[in-house]
Formats: sequence, C-alpha cells, structure tokens
Amino acid sequence: MVFVIRRILQSALVVLVMSLVVFVGVNVVGDPVHILISDDMTKEEVDRFVRQLGLDRPLHEQYLHFLANAARGDLGNSFVHGEPALKLILERMPATLELAFAAFLLAVIVGIPLGMYAGLKPEAPASRAIMAGSILGFSLPTFWVGLMMIMVFAVILGWLPSTGRGEFMTWDGLRHLALPAINLALFKMALVTRLARAGTREAALQDYVKFARAKGLSPSRVVLVHVLKNILVPVVTVLGLELGGLIAFSVVTETVFAWPGMGKLLIDSIQRLDRPVVVAYLVITVLMFVVINLVVDLLYAALDPRVRLREMKA
Amino acid sequence: MNGNTLVVEDLKTHFFTRAGVVRAVDGVSFEVKPGEVLGLVGESGCGKTVTGFSILGLVDPPGRVVAGRILLEDVDLLQLSEAELRRVRGARVAMVFQDPMMTLNPVLRIDTQMVEAVRAHQAVDNEKAFQLAKEALQRVGIASPEERLRSYPHQFSGGMRQRVAIAIAMLNRPRLIIADEPTTALDVTIQAQILYEAQKLCRESGTALIWITHDLSVVAGLADRICVMYAGRIVESGPVDAVLDAPLHPYTQGLIGSVPSRNRRGSPLAQIPGMMPALTELPPGCAFRGRCARAADACAQQPDLREYKRHLVRCFHPL
Amino acid sequence: MSARVETLPVVPKPETPLRRLASEFFASRVATGAFAALMVIVFMALFAPFLAPQNPYDLATVTVMDARLAPGERGSAGFLMWLGADGAGRDMWSAILYGLRISLGVGVASGIVALAIGTAIGLLAAYRGGWVDALIMRVVDLQLSFPAILVALILVAILGRGADKVMIALILVQWAYYARTVRGSALVERRKEYVEAAQCLALPASRIVFRHLLPNCLAPMIVVGTLQTAHAISLEATLSFLGVGLPLTEPSLGLLIANGFEYMLSGKYWISFYPGLALLATIMSINLVGDRLRDVLNPRLER
Repeated sequence: MVFVIRRILQSALVVLVMSLVVFVGVNVVGDPVHILISDDMTKEEVDRFVRQLGLDRPLHEQYLHFLANAARGDLGNSFVHGEPALKLILERMPATLELAFAAFLLAVIVGIPLGMYAGLKPEAPASRAIMAGSILGFSLPTFWVGLMMIMVFAVILGWLPSTGRGEFMTWDGLRHLALPAINLALFKMALVTRLARAGTREAALQDYVKFARAKGLSPSRVVLVHVLKNILVPVVTVLGLELGGLIAFSVVTETVFAWPGMGKLLIDSIQRLDRPVVVAYLVITVLMFVVINLVVDLLYAALDPRVRLREMKA
Repeated sequence: MNGNTLVVEDLKTHFFTRAGVVRAVDGVSFEVKPGEVLGLVGESGCGKTVTGFSILGLVDPPGRVVAGRILLEDVDLLQLSEAELRRVRGARVAMVFQDPMMTLNPVLRIDTQMVEAVRAHQAVDNEKAFQLAKEALQRVGIASPEERLRSYPHQFSGGMRQRVAIAIAMLNRPRLIIADEPTTALDVTIQAQILYEAQKLCRESGTALIWITHDLSVVAGLADRICVMYAGRIVESGPVDAVLDAPLHPYTQGLIGSVPSRNRRGSPLAQIPGMMPALTELPPGCAFRGRCARAADACAQQPDLREYKRHLVRCFHPL
Repeated sequence: MSARVETLPVVPKPETPLRRLASEFFASRVATGAFAALMVIVFMALFAPFLAPQNPYDLATVTVMDARLAPGERGSAGFLMWLGADGAGRDMWSAILYGLRISLGVGVASGIVALAIGTAIGLLAAYRGGWVDALIMRVVDLQLSFPAILVALILVAILGRGADKVMIALILVQWAYYARTVRGSALVERRKEYVEAAQCLALPASRIVFRHLLPNCLAPMIVVGTLQTAHAISLEATLSFLGVGLPLTEPSLGLLIANGFEYMLSGKYWISFYPGLALLATIMSINLVGDRLRDVLNPRLER
C-alpha cells in the first residue's frame, strides 16, 4: 500500500515538473506574446491581451496563474475554432485512444507469439524470417507504408476504405480501423517481436526450464507457464511505455488516413499556429504518460513478486 | 535384468561444436540397484553431469546421445519416444540440480511448481496434489509446509530450496533419483543434514540414488558404491570402502590424496599435476597418461575396464 | 658453395582489434550486403549532382510539361525519366538523389552533434558521480520516458519552423540516448580500481576521462550511433512529411513522399513510392549494419 502511495506521489511530482517545463518552454523560450497571441491582432489589441493574460506580471505569478487555470480546465481558447482548447482535444481523444489501443493489441497478439517462437527455435528458417521481418518492420517509415497500404488495399484492391473513421465497434468502424491500426502497429510489432525473442532465448536457457522439463511437464506447459510468465515482466514494462509512444505516434497515422484524432488536430494546429491547442495537447499527453507509467509500475510489481519484496524492504 | 534399477551400457554422448567433437561421455557403463546409493565422482568437465542429463534425455543440441543403452528396469530409455520419455521424467526418474536458486522458477509459487509436477503424472485434482505436496515437504523436514507452499522461491534460504527440490523429486515416488552436485552450493552444516535425509529417504522407499559430485568426502559417508570418472570415461568403480581404502587407479589415488585432512596437517597438499585435457583434444590411449607418474609405453593404448581385486579398473598399471 | 637463402620466419599478420572486428562483421552475408548497399547510397548522395541527369531545383531545367510522366517515359530535355516525374515535372531519380543528400546529411549531422553533446554529458555524469550524476540522469530519464516524436513535435511547436530549428530539435531528441549509454559504460570503467589509483596520483581529470573512460565506451557508442542515425533519418522524414520539418527549399525524402500524397488516389504511385523505397533502403541498411555491429561488439553468448 505504501508502495502505491509513493508511486502516486512521484507521478504527481513528475506532472508538476512537466507543467513547469511546458510553461517555461512556452513563456520563456518561445516569445510568450507570439506564442499565446494570434498573429493578426493590432498593437492595441495585443497590449490589451497581454495585460489580460497577465503577461506583464512577474514570471512566478504567471506560472501560478497558469496552474490555477489548468486545474480549472481552462487552457485558453483555440484561435482557429474559437472554442476552449481543452474541449477540442478531449473531443478527439476517444478516436486516438481507439486507434492506439487497437494497434497495441495487434502488436502484442502478433508480436509475442512470433517472438517466442523465434526464441525457442532460433535456428529454424521461420525464425530467421521472423527476425528479418522485424528489422524490416522497424525500418519501414510508417507514413510511407500507410500510403502504400492505401494504394494497395483501397485504390487497387478496393477492399477497405482509405480514410476516415466509422462508428465505434461496428463492422463499418472496424473496416475503417483496420488499415490505420495495422499501420501504426507495424513498428511496435517489430519491437515486441525482438523483445519477446530476446527474453525467450534467455529464459529458455535457464535452469528452471530444464528442471521443468526434468519434472516431465508437457512442452506447452513449460512454454506457456514457465517461460511466458518470466518474459512477461520485462515485456510488460516496455509495452506499457510503448503504449504512450503509440498515442504520440498516432499523429502520423492519423494524418495519412485522415483519422479524426488528437494527433491530426495537433499537426493542423502547429501548422496554423493555433498555440493554445498545442499547449492543451501537450498537457493532456503528458498527463496520460505519467498515468501510464504509474500503471506500468504497479503492474510490474504485481507480476514480479521479487519487486514487491524489494519495495517493502526499501 | 538382475533386479537392477538402472543399467547403463556403453553410453556415448557427444557434442558437435564448431571447435570439434566434444566426447563428453565416451563409453560409460554402470548399474544401480534398488535402494543403493551410487557416487559418481570426478572433477569439473569429466562428463558426470552430462551422464545424468543423458539418462533423462535432457541433453540439448549441439549434443546428443550417439551410442549405448540405458535400461530403467529393463526399458531402454533411448528407444522411447519423446512423449513416452516425458512420462518417465519426474515420475520414474527424477533429478535434483546443483543450483537451488535457479532450479525453481522465481515468478511462480512453490505450490504451483509442486502441484504441476504431481498432476503431470497422476490423475488427481488440485487439492489432492496440494496435500501430496504438503506431505512431501514435511518428509524433507520443512516446518509449516502450508505457509511455505504459498511462498515464492526467493523467500527461502538455499538449503530450504534444495530440500524443496528433493521433495519435488520424491513426489511421484520415482525408482531412481539423480542428484547432480545438490549440496555444492550450500553450507557444510546444511549439506550434512541433506545428505542424511537423502540417505534415509532412499533406504525407506527403496529408491536408487545416483549422487554426482566432485567432493570425495561427501561420497565417503553416503554412497554404497562409487564410480570415478575421468575425461568422459569411468576409470575405476567398486564398493566405496574398497575404492577409497585401496584405490587401484592412479587418478583415484590422486583424488584421495588431494583431500585436505587432519592427519596430514602441516604437510603440503598433494596435487595431481597438470590438467584434464580438453574434451576436444583427447590424446590417443589412456586419457590420464599426461599426468600419471606410472605412465609407460603400454599406455599409448586405450585400456579397457577390467576386473581386478573386486573393483573394475581402467589401467594397465593398477596400484 | 651453394648460397643458402635465409628465409625470414613468417610472422603472421598481427590481429589488430579492428581487423578482427571487420572479419567477424563481414562473416554475415546479410550484414555485408547491407554495408555494401549503404556505401552505394552514401556514394549516390555525395555525388548526386554528377549522377543526376537534372538538377530538380534549378527551375530553368524543369518544365511543367513533364508533369506526372510515368516511369520510363522520356522528358522534354530528352533523357529517360526512368522513375517518372512528379507533379511539377521534376525527374524523380534526380529528386531522389538530391533528397537522399539532404536526408542523410541532416540525419548524420544531427547524430554527430548529439553524439558529441551526449557523450560529453555522459562522461561528466560518470566521472563526477554524486549529485551531478543524479541530476543529469533524472533529466535524461525524464526525457527518455517520452517518445521521440512527441519531444520533436514539442520542440518544433516551441521553436518554430526552419532548417536550423529542425536540426536543433533532432539533436535535442537524440542526445539523451547517447548520454545514457556513455554514462553506463563509463561507470563500469570508472568503478575499476586503477581509476581510483590514477585519481590518487592526481592525474588530471581530462586524462583519466579521455584515455581510460572514453575508449571503453566506444563500442556501445558505435552501436547506438548507427541505430540512432537511422532513427534520426526516419524522424526527420516523418516531420517533413507532416509538414513541420525541413522547409520546401531543402526537400528531403520525407517531403517528396508528402508531395506525392495527393496523386496516390489517381494511381500515380511513383511520386511517393520511389522516394519511400530509397528512404527504406537507407534506413534498413543502417539498421542491419548497426544490428550486426551490436552482435559483434558485445560479449558473445556462445550457446
């Protein structure tokens, strides 16, 4: 229990630090006036805005103001859409999460078995093919593959729609989800495969695997219980962090497939200099990351009993 | 036949590596009777562990058994299919490994690891298997077994872990247990306890025990018979008293002489000069030739195992 | 008397670490192939002006009459456009060669700078230890817990557009990997006793660091360097594709692919396809080389 509380406090600290970083980045590194103010205002409007936003106040006051506003959920209004930036981001979040989770599931469901097979039978031709495929997988530029996928599956073959999102959990929705999810998953699939293979190879050489065989256990039990549980620990840790990476990287896939998620909004906002939305995106994403890291830490402790013991002693 | 639990005939296990063929086990033969303790003794690298793995069919590539017969109560294990062999492992032949820390899976609870060993061979349900596990732990002298069963391996001490491993080995009442240096990683006091308990268990249940070790002093108190291995072959074997009191092979004599003991306090430890040759570069003829004070021209031939004064010896010039 | 020719005893060529490394590396056919491919790509990038039939960014040589020619057709200037032409009439082959130059150049340059910075910081952390080390590693860990693309987007959003800003962003994304790797290896060496002895002898810190700590880090630095360079090239291409990377005046492969996006649906695949293939070839060969280097430079698990 103490362990859980400690982790939560640490996470809160990280959120605070990141808010400081975002704040400093926006208000100190970039020209604060430029970053928070639309480019086509007159000088009087700018001055009024500056006073209104309190940008002529000392920095620490500004920071507290920023935090207070953020806690209330007020991160400014979008220049382009005129609506609260936070609201815009949150509206788009479900789409991004749907995509990210789908890709995550794909990467795990395909990557772990492939990696385990390659780890258990490293000399088999199938294993070599899997490893070659994994290098291809993380060398492929995601956006280019996306384009090619549209080309082949939508334009030439006409099997799947090329852009847009269907309704959640419907057949049409799944048809629209298929290509983007596979596209986003490819890179991670390659990484998961390599990770699972490395872990499996290491685990398979351990004495406890030989001992399990000496007990006369069936090979499937040896693999699925003894080996898998041991590689789950390192794999889960990495996977958890990768989920965050997927959410971030969905920016690319959303752009290619015109998927209406946060990432596409971010790119559009960067290009249109709609900075409040950019800030809102950063705040939300950082929060998500911290929460994900926290969950991964707790999961890690749940899966590996040795960690729990260490933490209790500490 | 002859009521032996295990008969190993001319076992050869070779490893086919890039550096050459490693003849880890090169023509090993011995028998073990029910309830008997056989000590398989030799220094590191002589092939004793590989012998143990060969019996259970656990030799991993690039190694494999290339010749010989292994008769477990008249069934040749080398002729069995993998599925049949799996039924033998853990049920009729069990093995205890050397390093207790690594033999138990660190992320699984003890009861999981014991129950699965039972249920792999006996058609019982979880509760019954749990009961059997509990009894097995009690028999090896572990107090409060129920609590222990729900723990993880890292919560045990080394000696306890090894007792658990022995308990697992005994769960399905095997005819033969192969113990590969099980006490090497433990304190001397724990070692003595475990030796005593192992001996007791075997006497009580009629299980044959092969105790693989490099430590002569362990074997002296425990074994009924002893086989001395060198460079993949047995060089001497016989009843333990006969071999240790009156060794016939120069290597055995050297082994005995190099054990530090109270009677020779103050005098320098006797060493066997030289090192065991790498198993890829075995010299022709007697493998011990390079280190033997009694080597002569005849030793350029590979000596056979011959009966001599109640032991079997592989030497042209036994002591 | 017959002259006795005295032959000198044959001294076998000394096996320097480099030679041994090379022979192990090239033992893999895949790695050798990748290395060869990489050399070809680098060559093509370096000598692009000589290899390209046309300078695609010299407006005088480009005419919109050639727009969207399919691969294999002949352009107005008379030469064969064997990879087709893009929407503005530029020969794809030439555009790719020039694009390779930029993609590789930016990727490698940012990698080198990031390597220098990251190594310096990593060595500092390892050598000083204590709170310096703790602080630096906190920052590194914090940055590394966020995906590179996010960090890059944040930086681009803050810094604005422009080639120099993109370089800065790429450098800032990468330095942390180098810092962590170098610190790790340097620490291993640092803990050895001879370093303590050297410190007692009051040897200057710079000598200890550069003569002893740094060489120990070279192997992992090389591995991380290659893999990171591939990553940087990929990241730059992604940013350019998204429109927040290099400006139009420095068209990397990412931008070429982006330009071809609109023509995809009408079946003119070559405008995006070939630049992507070039990008893939570059990244993959670097990754293969890096992968092999990692296998060769690490203590081998010969099982």
